[in-house]
Amino acid sequence: MALQLRDEVSADTEAAVRVRGYGRRFGERTVLSGIDLDLRDGELVALLGASGSGKTTLLRALSGQDPDADGHVTVPRERAVAFQDHRLLPWKRVWRNVLIGVPKAGKAEALAALEEVGIAGRANAWPGTLSGGESQRVALARAFIRRPRLLLLDEPFGALDALTRLRMHRLLRELCARHHPATLLVTHDVDEAISLADRILVISGGQVSLDHWIGDDRSARTGTAVLALRARLLAELGVDPNTSHVTKEN
Amino acid sequence: MSVIAPAGAGYEVVVGRAADDKPRPVARRAASAGAEAWRRVWFSRWTRFLGPLLILVIWQLAVTVDHLPANQLPSLGNVWSTARDLIADGTLQSALLTSLRRVALGLLLGVSIGTGLALLSGLSLVGERIIDPVMHMFRTMPVLALLPLFVLWFGIGEKAKVYLIGWAVIFPIYINLYAGIRGVDAKLVEAGSVLGLNRWGQIRHVILPGALPQFLTGLRLALGVSWLVLVAAEEINATSGLGYLITNAQNLMQTDVIFVGLIVYSLLGLATDILVRLIERFTLSWRSSFVTK
Repeated sequence: MALQLRDEVSADTEAAVRVRGYGRRFGERTVLSGIDLDLRDGELVALLGASGSGKTTLLRALSGQDPDADGHVTVPRERAVAFQDHRLLPWKRVWRNVLIGVPKAGKAEALAALEEVGIAGRANAWPGTLSGGESQRVALARAFIRRPRLLLLDEPFGALDALTRLRMHRLLRELCARHHPATLLVTHDVDEAISLADRILVISGGQVSLDHWIGDDRSARTGTAVLALRARLLAELGVDPNTSHVTKEN
Repeated sequence: MSVIAPAGAGYEVVVGRAADDKPRPVARRAASAGAEAWRRVWFSRWTRFLGPLLILVIWQLAVTVDHLPANQLPSLGNVWSTARDLIADGTLQSALLTSLRRVALGLLLGVSIGTGLALLSGLSLVGERIIDPVMHMFRTMPVLALLPLFVLWFGIGEKAKVYLIGWAVIFPIYINLYAGIRGVDAKLVEAGSVLGLNRWGQIRHVILPGALPQFLTGLRLALGVSWLVLVAAEEINATSGLGYLITNAQNLMQTDVIFVGLIVYSLLGLATDILVRLIERFTLSWRSSFVTK
């Protein structure tokens, strides 16, 4: 069913993101090369990669912040980014932070966006007084108020504690289900990728080395299927799940 | 007495009662209550006046104990009555007004030019290449050494004094605002551009607010410098103003008038500091140190 749905969408020529022959060099060093990628509307894609593999480089290109890259990248004009560090402007109150770069919207829209992420009560607070989880909620409100067709998330939950991270996962799933952006979630957390994504990409050796579709298949996220997938992803990332387990026990 | 909890060497009860259930020594409690009261006294804002008050006491002691001649160190009462005389015949007010006007105009000029140059230099590479080296060249020239030149160019009227103050004020403003602009977190600038802010939006919402704390540091320095230069300018050639009042008193051996002038200067310094504090409290309320819990 899910596969069929996917075929229907891909029959539609309109992909939200279209990447062809993308590559990036920094001086002599080639970080990424020859990357082809399509993201469809409403699809939540996790991008896994070891540290330094070029995940954030690709995300920056998709956000339009890297005009020096090679290849051809087409993205929707309506796009939003959330970073690992929330990057709220400390001198603007929470609701004004939500409205940065959205000149047409007013306080009512900001409050609605904050309501949606469950933090309308802190609308008048200074960002400096928020906890890490609250700040990321504001960052999500700031992203979703733009009604993005493409949502780029750069390890947005990386700095949060485990419990807060689980709450944020649920929140993100709800928001994505309601607004249907194409979402690219950069992460190094295999379990986060498995629990959130419709599709998992692994970057290694400057290429997309794995493109795995999970979709609506719930069984893929439970039981032994998860363990198999997890092992496969870890292997792709250059970590042997067995040896890491043994060294932990020692 | 059966003590199970660790006690003795290496342990200390930091919360609650000790394991042997002995109340803590009374003397220690009393001391901590006293320390608490002591702390409260020092936290009240009035204790800020203790230091200045102490200076006055030492001053008066020096006069009464050492019997210094009044033309070297006048007594408090002497200075007080002189101040009242100067206020009664309006001399002090008119001198103060003249000086305030010069400082205000000089500051207006210097802060405007300093801010403009810092913006050009901080926000554009071309501006930086052209302006920054020149500023550092001029910055090291002693302002007071320029005074003769300013008199030659602008005469001995108001212009020379106002321009000299303006000149001196440019540098603390320029250097601090420039450093503030260049020091704005690059990650916030990137976030601004991802959020779709154009160049002007970036400057208005990200760069200028980010540079504001440093600008205010510059303003604080500029206010201090402006008073300093004012006195020098007024002492060399003037027929009015605080500096003139002091120079004139020096010629007439009126030590008490010199003291009145100096005290007024110190009060002006205090007033400008309070002014900047108020501006900071109003504009930097987002900083956690000012956030009321």
